[in-house]
Amino acid sequence: MDVLINLVLFGMMVTTALAILRMRRLFAVVMLSGVFSLLSALLFVTLDAVDVAFTEAAVGAGISTVLLLGTMALTSRKEKMPRKFSPIPLLVVVVTGAVLIYGTLDMPSFGSADSPAQTHVAAQYLERTPKDTGVPNVVTAILASYRGYDTFGETVVVFTAAVGVLILIGGFARRRDEEEEGTD
Amino acid sequence: MFLVATIALFIGMCLVLARLYAGPSLYDRVLAGNAFGTYTVLFIGVLGFLMGRPEFLDIALLYALINFVGTIAVLKYFRYRSIGDTSPTPYGEPTPVGKLKDRGARS
Repeated sequence: MDVLINLVLFGMMVTTALAILRMRRLFAVVMLSGVFSLLSALLFVTLDAVDVAFTEAAVGAGISTVLLLGTMALTSRKEKMPRKFSPIPLLVVVVTGAVLIYGTLDMPSFGSADSPAQTHVAAQYLERTPKDTGVPNVVTAILASYRGYDTFGETVVVFTAAVGVLILIGGFARRRDEEEEGTD
Repeated sequence: MFLVATIALFIGMCLVLARLYAGPSLYDRVLAGNAFGTYTVLFIGVLGFLMGRPEFLDIALLYALINFVGTIAVLKYFRYRSIGDTSPTPYGEPTPVGKLKDRGARS
């Protein structure tokens, strides 16, 4: 049954991706890409990676939708028709996909107990976390305590990016208004 | 029983996807996107019970929040024609629907 649910979700994701390819109205494409993120979040939930799923939903369906809509407000709402069929991008995509699928052949199967992720340091972390930090959730302890500086750096990067985007969007809108006032 | 609910949710998702692809007006698509978010919330809840892990219900609540904020952002885009700056129309005065198309075509 697990496999069946995964298959249905994958089928819907493929359908959505094909719809995004065929669509020329960019607003519909934005909504469809939000749906695509939600579907992949569902897939992560069925794989028990709930935190990854939540990040995917927040970034893919939340922030990306808003940013894409903001970009659409500044540019065009329709995609131009491609002038001619270009084989090189298709080739690059197919080759990259084939290499990625080839890469998964080496990976341990889902949930196997002797995969490197289970045997290496995970056991030590599980053992030491309650003693070292006193935080009941091990993932939180690793993120905020053992790798605190790492997380701090990531937060600074994301914050800087957000400030930059806000300045870009706000600055563009204001400049456009000033130009309009000048010409009117 | 949860299996039947899951199948019903899948059928509903397919219908919503079809509306999102075909929907003639923008508002059909906004509504379809919002409905798909709701289906996500429901599916995570049902999946929790189906897999014997009812604590997924808490996660489903978070998805409801994301869906709400996303829909608000899309509707705000329609009202003010931009996300970061709301100066084109003052607060409390929505752009008339007839004008929306002109503004969209210009920007």
